[in-house]
Amino acid sequence: MSSTNRTVVVTGIGATTPLGGDAASTWEGLIAGKSGVKPLEQEWAADQAVRIAAQIAVEPTEVIPRPQARRLDRSAQFALIAAKEAWADAGYTDKAGEDATVDPDRLGAVIASGIGGVTTLLDQYDVLKEKGVRRVSPHTVPMLMPNGPSANVGLLVGARAGVHTPVSACASGAEAIGYAIEMIRTGRADVVIAGGTEAAIHPLPIAAFGNMMAMSKNNDDPQGASRPYDTGRDGFVLGEGAGVIVLESAEHAAARGARVYAEAVGQGISADGHDIVQPEPAGRGIAHALQNLLDSTDLDPAEIVHVNAHATSTPAGDVAELKALRKVFGDDTDHMAVSATKSMTGHLLGGAGGVESVATVLALYNRVAPPTINVENLDPEAEANADIVRGEARKLPVEGRIAALNDSFGFGGHNVVLAFRTV
Amino acid sequence: MAATQEEIVAGLADIVNEIAGIPVEDVQLDKSFTDDLDVDSLSMVEVVVAAEERFDVKIPDDDVKNLKTVGDATTYILKHQA
Repeated sequence: MSSTNRTVVVTGIGATTPLGGDAASTWEGLIAGKSGVKPLEQEWAADQAVRIAAQIAVEPTEVIPRPQARRLDRSAQFALIAAKEAWADAGYTDKAGEDATVDPDRLGAVIASGIGGVTTLLDQYDVLKEKGVRRVSPHTVPMLMPNGPSANVGLLVGARAGVHTPVSACASGAEAIGYAIEMIRTGRADVVIAGGTEAAIHPLPIAAFGNMMAMSKNNDDPQGASRPYDTGRDGFVLGEGAGVIVLESAEHAAARGARVYAEAVGQGISADGHDIVQPEPAGRGIAHALQNLLDSTDLDPAEIVHVNAHATSTPAGDVAELKALRKVFGDDTDHMAVSATKSMTGHLLGGAGGVESVATVLALYNRVAPPTINVENLDPEAEANADIVRGEARKLPVEGRIAALNDSFGFGGHNVVLAFRTV
Repeated sequence: MAATQEEIVAGLADIVNEIAGIPVEDVQLDKSFTDDLDVDSLSMVEVVVAAEERFDVKIPDDDVKNLKTVGDATTYILKHQA
């Protein structure tokens, strides 16, 4: 098939998050304004400066049989749970080939993680030091490799058009979905299962992020700790989980009569070129990504009514993003309901783009924007630049075609913006 | 105290159950690890390491390839246990 410019749609969604073990319960939690943040009660947490995290609502070992679970890193377990749900939700009954409606050679998988199998790596290093060489698990390498979740999801659905893992820290999940959209748009695949996963609630990442002064130390108020746009925000709260969607060419979806949640309009990508961890304070890199999105698609700023913001609850990042929206969209920013769902889910790092794409697609499908919780004192710089959905969910326009953005940015200066639209 | 054949089979059954999820009663002398018990090459390494620990025996990598069935492993352990 030659290079084309095909329309891409979303036909399936799946998630396992701090708010629920599937997409429906996660969405319910988001709309209800529920926080998934809890105290860390593990023994190792006692001497950490950060003792809170948004831990998974349903432990993967409750869902995945033990012999399978013990050879999968926790991040791959999350990815498989979300992928199974998304695949079934899209109406596929079996892996490609066995399900005659999808050709394995035309099916891809793109699942990303920001950090990869970090718990496997660190746990097996403990085994090496404490019990010796012979006791290191022979499954360690396939478990710790960052492409492990993608490879396992590819095997689950029988993908042979390509299995990929873009890595760009906290933009990884969004970059994976952007890559998947391109695979279909340009004709490399008809169907791609894509998303992000992360499982980094472990003493080393928490100590490291904590020492960077990147995380909230509001240990006394776990549910109030993630507070994007509030003047009292003091850093992100680490979350874990996965979000996966099934993307498909519009023709392929129509041919098999699939339910379509939304069109995946396209992506805008850029790099800050500014600092390894600090966001460019004026949001220039983000604005560049937004402009690339507009230049490469037929998206009309007038139809964008919702933004699922990156907004992690850090002092600098939250406002830079809003400045970029204002810079690119001008007065059109006024009709964009901006939601920071990390106020409820915490920050899932490489999983964020996956879970937040699920949230963005469901916001369009249900025509309602989830709230940003914990905004008691709205930062004047946020208020001046954007319309933040505070406290409670807000209805989106009930009629006409509407579009929404999902922003994700990562350490290293990676900026990824995805656009979805009702069909 | 050396383990008997019966104890070794029961021990291997526990190990295979833990690693591959196969019911203990299905782990019998004539069963092939790969063909009957869902133990692939990586999991076989785990079975061997667990058996070494449980029965206080060393099973060098070169010998592992000869352990095709539960019976092969049982005979090996009976012969080599400390």
